[in-house]
Formats: sequence, structure tokens, C-alpha cells
Amino acid sequence: MPGISAFRFNLRVALIALIFVLLLLPPLLNALPASHPLRVSDFVVAVTGKWICYAILALSIDLAWGYAGILSLGHGAFFALGGYAMGMHLMRNIGNRGVYGHPVLPDFMVFLGYKELPWYWLGFEYFPFAMLMALLVPGALAGLVGWLAFRSRITGVYLSIITQAMTYALMLAFFRNDMGFGGNNGFTDFKDLLGVPLNTPSARAGLYLAALGALLITLLISAYTVQSKFGRLLIAIRDAESRVRFLGYDVTAFKLFVFVLSAMMAGLAGALYVPIVGIINPGEFSPGNSIEAVVWVAFGGRGTLIGAILGAFSVNALKTWLTSFAPDLWLLVLGGLFIIVTLFLPRGLIGLGWRRRS
Amino acid sequence: MTDILNHRLTRRAALLGMGAALATPAIHGASAQGAPIKVGVLHSLSGTMAISETALRDTVLMMVEGINSRGGLLGRRVEAVVVDPASNWPLFAEKARELLQVAKVDVTFGCWTSVSRKSVLPVFEELNGLLFYPVQYEGEEQSRNVFYTGAAPNQQAIPAVEYLMSKDGGEARRIALLGTDYVYPRTTNRILRAFLNSKGIADADIMEEYTPFGHSDWQGIVARVKRFAGEGKRTAIVSTINGDANVPFYRELGNQGIKAEDIPSVAFSVGEEELAGIDTKPLVGHLAAWNYFMSVNSPANTEFKAQWQAFIKNPRRVTNDPMEATLVGFKMWAQAVAKAGTTAVDPVREAMYGQKVDAPCGYTLEMHRNHHLSKPVMIGEVMENGQFNIVWKTQGPIIAENWSPFIPENANRRR
Amino acid sequence: MKNLILTLLLVLGLAPMCLAQDDFSGTALRLGGGFGEQAEAVEKLGLSGDPRALPLLQALADGKLTRMADGALLIGEADALTGAPANAAGASAVRINNRVRAALRIALGRLQIVSPDPAERLRAADGILRSRSAQDLPLLDAALARETVPRIRERLVLAQGAARLASDDEALKRAGIESLGASGFEAARTVLLEARAGNAALAEAIDAAVARIDRQLAFRRAGELLFQGLSLGSVLLLAALGLAVTFGVMGVINMAHGEFVMLGAYTTFLVQEALRGTPLAPWALPLAVPTAFLVTALLGAAMERGLIRHLYGRPLETLLMTFGVGMVLQQAVRLIFGAQNREVSSPAWMQGTLMLPGEISVTQNRLWIIVFGIAVLLLVMAAIRFTRFGLDMRAVVQNRRIAATMGIRTGRVDALTFAFGSGIAGMAGVALSQIDNVSPNLGTGYIVDSFMVVVFGGVGSLAGTLIGALTLGVVNKLLEPYAGVVLAKVAVLVGIMLFIQRRPKGLFALKGRAADQ
Repeated sequence: MPGISAFRFNLRVALIALIFVLLLLPPLLNALPASHPLRVSDFVVAVTGKWICYAILALSIDLAWGYAGILSLGHGAFFALGGYAMGMHLMRNIGNRGVYGHPVLPDFMVFLGYKELPWYWLGFEYFPFAMLMALLVPGALAGLVGWLAFRSRITGVYLSIITQAMTYALMLAFFRNDMGFGGNNGFTDFKDLLGVPLNTPSARAGLYLAALGALLITLLISAYTVQSKFGRLLIAIRDAESRVRFLGYDVTAFKLFVFVLSAMMAGLAGALYVPIVGIINPGEFSPGNSIEAVVWVAFGGRGTLIGAILGAFSVNALKTWLTSFAPDLWLLVLGGLFIIVTLFLPRGLIGLGWRRRS
Repeated sequence: MTDILNHRLTRRAALLGMGAALATPAIHGASAQGAPIKVGVLHSLSGTMAISETALRDTVLMMVEGINSRGGLLGRRVEAVVVDPASNWPLFAEKARELLQVAKVDVTFGCWTSVSRKSVLPVFEELNGLLFYPVQYEGEEQSRNVFYTGAAPNQQAIPAVEYLMSKDGGEARRIALLGTDYVYPRTTNRILRAFLNSKGIADADIMEEYTPFGHSDWQGIVARVKRFAGEGKRTAIVSTINGDANVPFYRELGNQGIKAEDIPSVAFSVGEEELAGIDTKPLVGHLAAWNYFMSVNSPANTEFKAQWQAFIKNPRRVTNDPMEATLVGFKMWAQAVAKAGTTAVDPVREAMYGQKVDAPCGYTLEMHRNHHLSKPVMIGEVMENGQFNIVWKTQGPIIAENWSPFIPENANRRR
Repeated sequence: MKNLILTLLLVLGLAPMCLAQDDFSGTALRLGGGFGEQAEAVEKLGLSGDPRALPLLQALADGKLTRMADGALLIGEADALTGAPANAAGASAVRINNRVRAALRIALGRLQIVSPDPAERLRAADGILRSRSAQDLPLLDAALARETVPRIRERLVLAQGAARLASDDEALKRAGIESLGASGFEAARTVLLEARAGNAALAEAIDAAVARIDRQLAFRRAGELLFQGLSLGSVLLLAALGLAVTFGVMGVINMAHGEFVMLGAYTTFLVQEALRGTPLAPWALPLAVPTAFLVTALLGAAMERGLIRHLYGRPLETLLMTFGVGMVLQQAVRLIFGAQNREVSSPAWMQGTLMLPGEISVTQNRLWIIVFGIAVLLLVMAAIRFTRFGLDMRAVVQNRRIAATMGIRTGRVDALTFAFGSGIAGMAGVALSQIDNVSPNLGTGYIVDSFMVVVFGGVGSLAGTLIGALTLGVVNKLLEPYAGVVLAKVAVLVGIMLFIQRRPKGLFALKGRAADQ
């Protein structure tokens, strides 16, 4: 199995190093003077930053699916919840600079006639609290859903369908304006984060580097997790759950741990994503988004960590390019690609290079 | 490589370059003399909004073709850069940035939903771009980087409700506000509620209900409206139901036997395009309020319809209000560019103020300093052939109140 | 006195001629004027009882009345007033608005109440009901005296009650309130509530009558709510049945299932267009059912043989692959048919409402969809139980290898089963074309719900799918009035998730070997 030796010092580590070096380039090249031939535009920084967040999301899915066999079709929900936590903080940061100049309430609450901040908005003016919530809320939801599901030994496609229903229900709920999360519009028009205006190059570079750092940290945590004895157990659970259970291991607890960890990583990705793209809304909960994220992992090669990252970058780069280059045809191309990859590349892109081993 | 670019792919040359952006960042040099003027088109071509927005993409392409056949603008060719934001709101912001920074478009026509506009707004403001937004909306906004060519609430919603309360409209004294749950219906209904209250209609006589996007099972709500209407006062429906959900809504209305002369409904988001997907016979008499109908009788409209059907190669394709707003916006922009002698955003913006266009709606429309058009308001009744019979219209164009006086918070607004 | 003559004439079955010739033409010509003028002229003509007005008003209502530049009115190639042939060149249609339309219904009612056609009389009674005018009392009394059809009598009594309530005579008013209260109609309730404000002295009697109607309505509304739930349930059933076969029996997760439903709806559209103008046109919808089945079944067979076959035993990969297929199908349809909705019209027998016993009104199209859903379910059950294909299919599901050794060509059975499931999805599309948009996005809205129904009912159990779908539909509709549309749906989803924790295999769990897979 390719997954077991996830972090041996080998070709793979070299590949990872190369990816990270390449990823350092956009903000550096962006800092060059405008006339320089090698300068890249802010757009490249913004869009690559978005892909990095997607890569963290893909990594979190790979951890749960590739190693523990938990295919969640609702990871987009954890991502979105993390994003909403950050979005709430950014909304609170706007202060009285909104259209209506209200010192406390965000604009959408003012014109929906709110008189005071709902209780669940309290505390989000503090950045550490918001970051904590970006991790804890997805973690708690994953803990609840996971506990209920794993305890009843709901596995495989059943779990996928349940998690899909979870994100669908959340999407419907967040679309409601009465929820106090801005309804369909969600949150946008953010002003600043930690005192730095978001529309400056330095803020953009900072966010980019923060996302890159987060990617590195989550990769290290994931690699450490899957490499330890714990990781081997996860793989055993993935391949023969009943046998591990009969050996006396508490399978439910193991799966729950990895599911919660994975959800928190997704929440972190969402929290970084929001200031980079400048908007969060219930569309992020749509079941299609979650499935797409799973496809990135399958495309790159599941159970390899690095494959998830590669998959997220390559599919999204392709999508960004195709939606401009072939706006009418991109769905055909992307859909066709998914078909071809699942049929002919069961190990994904990574499988191309590692095929000889199996 | 360059050859291919110049030959087949000029339209999207810059974007193709983007694919290789890191390697060849200088593919699009400074716009030299005679380099084409670029018009960004930011409309969803896939996903839920494609149903409405593809026609607007085609309208812009038609206008571009038209202007090029007349020798271009400032002696330069005009070129459309089409992207697909795929009904995905973050993608709208990303594509806006791509259009402005990578393709370096001079102007953008785009967006339909409020959220897509809100999503791209910070980008256009940061990069000082120029966006023409062609759809009726909730107001409460005015950006120096956006020209709003659709209606503000006072140019659509309020006159429509006044009509329902008039003798001709059926003297409604009880109103059901049905909408899709997003900001446009919410804000419009808030304004309408304040307006109705000011006309002496109590809150007990107003029903307000929201449904999710694409809602398809209207049995319960229509039955509740029927019951609401049976409480002894003339009742009307004001619908801010968004695109996709309208077909099942109207089908249910027809099947439950609600006739327009019993409970008239007036819609703000249903035009000729939406009706093209419905059997309109049971709907005859239901109303829509717009600033343009395909059935308007004016020379400019005759020309518009002919040009559109020739361009789209379908003699039965319909035109609608947002398409007209796109056309008016495009013409005004072209006039402003000609007047300013440049496509640079700041001079063009100055030149936009006071621009006038003989619009297909039959009036001369003017762009005001509030970035909104003056527009006539028309009320049309659905006819059997899917067109609208215009039963009422304002004397002339009225000026947009994008900051509604019916929203008290507007008093504290930052200016 | 005049009313008395009118009544007498009506009793004799003769229509009176109350307007002098020039008065008639003067009034009639005003039908071509502005909306206000039209409405007044319509009312005057209706009250006149003049039979010459009937064709005129009918033509105006049907949009067949045209107007020349000089003000002359035509119907087709003839003068509308005299019937003399006329040149229609340059005539434009006379447009009306809702106010005129409402006046027309009253006026036509007054003129047609003597019609020999019962359907027209029924419509006429409802038209007169709208007037709420004591002027109509003699007309209604006379009509009631000769009416024998119970259904029309009911409506006439209703109209009579409304007219009595509008009179100045206290005793007559009370009689009106009494008969309205006894009728039990929702419309009677409306009439009573309308009159309440103007009749403070009668408020008590009116309230009592309204309360009486409300008691009868409570039962009716419960019936209607149940129907709404069953209707939603039957839609869910149709959407989920195909999945119950492909997912429930074969274990294939087909994320493109919604797109098969969408293709079924587009097939309906194509059949309708192909038959347009032919004698078969009214049968387009029934004919679309087998066509849609065949089209989607063929596509399903091709997909199974070409793609899914290679992924057996890897359900999650199948899920991702079919997601890709869904994307391709959706965009292909968008490119071929355009992003706009396509119009699929309903045949006449599927429009309007139907009164069930107990005055429960149900919409025809939804009633047919319930019938259709149950028919399809029975068909599927029969196919699985009684046909050779069904036997093979059950054999392959229970034990593939033994089935193969018995000489069953398992590959062929797989393809047929998947084709069968896809075909059912296509048939669901025919039904959905009657209530939803025929657009490329049609299927997306049903996919999550369909999976939930199948999982909730118990994978592999058709009875479970039926009970699951109907339960979800009814619960959803019961919650809706209290929680609102969105929260009702969210609550149902959460409810299913919790239910599945308790019973992971759904309502009707399969027992035996197949259940352990």
C-alpha cells in the first residue's frame, strides 16, 4: 500500500519540498515592481491562495477517507462552518464603517430590522475566540455526527449519504435570513483583519503565507498521525473494520478521533479561505461542493496525503483556466476527466509515478 | 505560440496567457494604438443562474458585434472577454479580479443576483473597475464603480403595489408577499410593508412568506394564500419569487383555480423569458411590473427585437427587461467612451453622467449622478401568447431612489 | 316592477329586450374604449339581459373582439353589432384588464344563467356570486325555481345568500346568513366575513355562521393537507424508485440519477414537439412514458456496459464517476437545448381541481401523479416478482456465482437491471415535467431527497421505499404550516439522520446474506 510509508525521506519528501518552494513564488514575484517581466498579478496570488485552502480541505478528506475509510460527503460543511466563524469576526471588525454606520450590528442585520446582536454572535469580535470557534464548531459537529454514526456502525455509502444530508440540511438552514447569518448573501465587503486592511498587497501576502504555513502544519500533523501506530490501526480499520474490532480495539473511538481532527482541519481551511476570497455564503454548504472536494482527492490519489494536495491544485487550476478559456465546455471536460480518472487511474495522479511499486 | 494567439484565440488571448501566467507574464503588452477595447462579460453560463444569465451574455455579444460592424469604438475594435462564474459567488469575485487584472478589460457587464454583485463589489472598488449591472434590485447601494441600469424599488415595486390598490388593479386591501429567501425580496418586502402601512393597511392584512431557491412544492403556500384571501377583503399577491421557482408556483396557482380577477398576482422577477417555459393560458391576467416589455411599441424596440432574433438565429426568441437594461447600459457606455475619448475609468465615469439613450422601452433614459437610470414603470398582464399586455404605465421616466425613504435606517447612512 | 317583468320573462324562458336599439349600440361601442369605460359598458349590458350582448361579451372575454380605427367593433370578418360582413384589415384586438375581466364574469353570469348547458349555468352562478348585489335577487330566485342539477343549485343558493346579504331588508339578510352558514362553502365564509364590517347589528349571527362553516372546513382542510403530503410523497417515490433498483438492488450509487430524471422530462418535451399538430398531440404525455423509459433505459444500459461495469465492488469510486457523468449530461443538455426552461404543457385532463367526496378539493395533476407513482411501483414489483428477468435479477443479487453456474448471464442481467432502474428514473421525469421546470438543473433538486428516501425505507426494499416516501411527504407537509417550508425540510432531514442511527438498515431491513454486504 502506498499510504503506509507516507513520510519516508524519499522521492515524496522531495516532491513536497518542491511544491512548497514553488508555492512561495507567487507572493515573492508579486512583490516585484509592476514593470518587471517576471511580476505576477494580485490575481495569481489570490487564486493560488484559494487553492492552498482547498488543498488543506483535500488533505483533511484524505486523512478520513484515504486512511480510515470514512468517506464524508459533507466535509464542505466543516469548511463552511470554519469560514462562517472567520466571517463573523470580519463582520464584527467592520464596526461602524458599514453603510448604515451602526456601531455594532452588521449591515444586513440593520436592514432586516435587528435591534441587537444575537447571542451566538457574542465573542466573535475577538480574533482568538473566532479562530477557536473555527476549529471547535466543526469539530463538535463532527464529534456529534461521528459519534452517532460510528456507534451504530454506519459505514461506507450509508455514512456518505448521511453526511451529505447533513451538509444539505445546513445549507437550507443557512439560506434562511432568519438564522442571523446573512442568508444567501452571507458575509462580504470585509474591511480588515488584525488591524490590516484586507485590500492591500501586504495583507494578501500575509494571508497567503498564513495559508501556506497552515498547509505545512496540517500536512505534518497528518503525516505524523498516519505514520504512528495509530495510523496503522486506521488503515487496518479501513481494510477490515470487524477484524480490528474483534482484536479488542475501540474502533469507534479511533474513527471518531480522526473524523474530528479532519473536520477541524477543514474548519481551519475555511477560516483561511474567507479573507482570501472575500465572501462566505451558504453556497459553500452545497452537496456538490463536498463531492467535488472528494474528487480532488481521488484525482490526486487517495491515501497518500501528497496526492490530495496535488489533486486540489491540479483540478482547481484546470477549473480556473477552463471557466475562462472554455466557459461553455468546462463542465464537459471536467466531468469527462473525473470519469477517466476513476476508470483508468484508480490510484490517481500519484499512482502514475508509484505504479511500479504495487 | 504567438501566432496561434493572434489567430484563433485573440478573444481570450490574455486568459490563455493566464494558464501559463507564471512563465510568460508579459503576453499582453500595453494596449498599443489600435489594440482592441475589451469588454468583460461576467454572467453565469452554468449552474442555477444560467437559465437567466446566458441571454445577457448573448446580448452583450450582440452589442459588441453591432458596434464592430459600425467601425468599432474610437477607431478600435471591441472585443468581448467571456468567463463563466458558474453561479458560484466566490467565483464571481475571483473572475472579476481575473477580468480586471489579467485580461485588463475596460468595462464589465455582469451579475444578476444581489449576492454576486455584493461579491464582486469590493474587487471593482479596489481596482477601480467599471461594472454595469442590468437587473432590478433592492437598492441600498451606490458604488462609484457600478452603474445600475435595472430598477430601484421605487421604479418597480411601489408603483406596482399602488396599481393593485387602484380601481383598475382590483382595489386590494390585503396583500400576500411571497418571495424567495434572499436579500432582494426581504428588502423589497420591508419597503413595501412600510409603504402599505403608510397607506393604512395594517400588519394583520399582510402575509409574508419565504421559500428556498428552486422551491418546487407550492401546494401548501398557495392553499394558505387562498385561505388568507378568504377573510373578507380584496387580496392580491406580490411575488418576488426568483426565476426557477416560478414555473411550479404558477402551475400550482393555475391548478388550484386562482384566477387573476380573484386574486391578482404581480411579479417582479417574471418576464418574457420565464413565461417561455410555462403554459400561460391559466395565467392570463396575472401581472408583472417592469420597465420594459417586449410588447412595447417603439421604433427602438422594433430594431432591438429584429437585431436580437437575427443574432440568436431564432425568430421566436423573446427579449426581456434585463436584456434591455444591458443594451441601454452598453449604448451609454459606448457614448461615454466616445465623449471622453478614452476608455479610462475615471473620465468615462464623468462622461456617463447625463448620458441619454433612446431606449426600446419607448422613452429617453438618462443616467443620473446617483449611478441609476431614470426609468418608466409599466405594468403588464400576461396574455395567452406569453407576452404582456401593458395595462398601466407612468407618465414618463422616474428617478431612482436607491436609498428608500421607507427604510428608516437610511437616515443614519454614511455618505 | 321592472324586476317583476324580468322575472316573469325568465320563468318563461324568454330573455327580455330592455335596451333600445341606439342605446344598445351606444353602450356596445364603448366596449372598445378605455378600461373604465369598458367595465361600465359590460356591467350595463349584463344588467340589461339583452341577448344580443352575449356574443359580444363572449368575444371580448375570449380576446376575439377587434376594433377599427373609426371605433367600429368586429368579430372576425363581421361587424360585432349587426353581423354584417366587414373588412377586418387594420383592426386591432380589444385588450381588457382584470377589472373588465371581473365585470365580464358577472355580466356573462347574468346572461348565461338561462343557458341550456349545465356547465355554462354553473359558471354563470359563480359569476353572479361575484356581484354581491341585491339587484340579482329576482334573477337568482327565478333560476333557483327551475334549476334541477344539485351542484348548480348549491352554487345558486350561495349566490342568492350573498345577494340577500347585500339587500336592505333585515329579514332577508338573516335568511342569507342562515343559508350561507348552512352551505359549508369556503366562499360562503368569505362572503360572510366581507359583510361583517358593514353589518354591525348582525355581527353575532355572522360569527355563528362562520363558526359553523369552520367546523366543516376543519375536516376538509385536514383532508387537503393529507393529500398535499401524499402528493409530495408520490413525487419523492417516483424520484427514488429508480434509485431503489440501481442502488437498492445492485448497490450502485448513481449520482447521475437526477440527470436521468431530467432526460426523461426532456424526452417528454421532444415527444410533445414531435406530435405537435398531429392527431396524436393530446396523447403526447401518455406516449412520452414508454418513450422516456426506452431512452433512459438505453442510456443506462450503455452507461453500465461502458463505465460502471468496470467499477463493481468499488461503490465509492462509482459514486465519483457517476458524479462526473452527471456533470457531462447536464452541460450537454444545456448546450443542446439551451439553459432556458422548456415548456411542457399539461393535457386538459390534468388541469384544474377536482372535488373528492366531502368537498375536499385536490389538483388534478397531482392526483394523476399519485396514481402514476403507485402504478409505476406496482409495475416494478410485478416485473421483479413475475418475469424471467426479475427471477434472474433476484438470483444474481442473492448469489452471483451460483447464479452464473446455473447458466444465468450475470453481465447481461446487470446491464438490464441498471437499464431498468434508469428507465424508471426517466418515467419519473415525465411526471416531474408536469410540476417542475424542464431545465438542465431539474434533477439536482431531487438527488439528496431520493437517497434519503431509499436509505430511510431500507435499501433493497420496494415496500420500504413506498412507505418511506409517503411518510416523509406527509410529515413534511404537516410540519410546514408551523415551521415554514425550509425548517420543515431541515427537521425531516435531521429526523431521518437520527432515525438511521437507531436503525442503520432503514425501516424495512433486508435479512439474510444480502443484508451483510
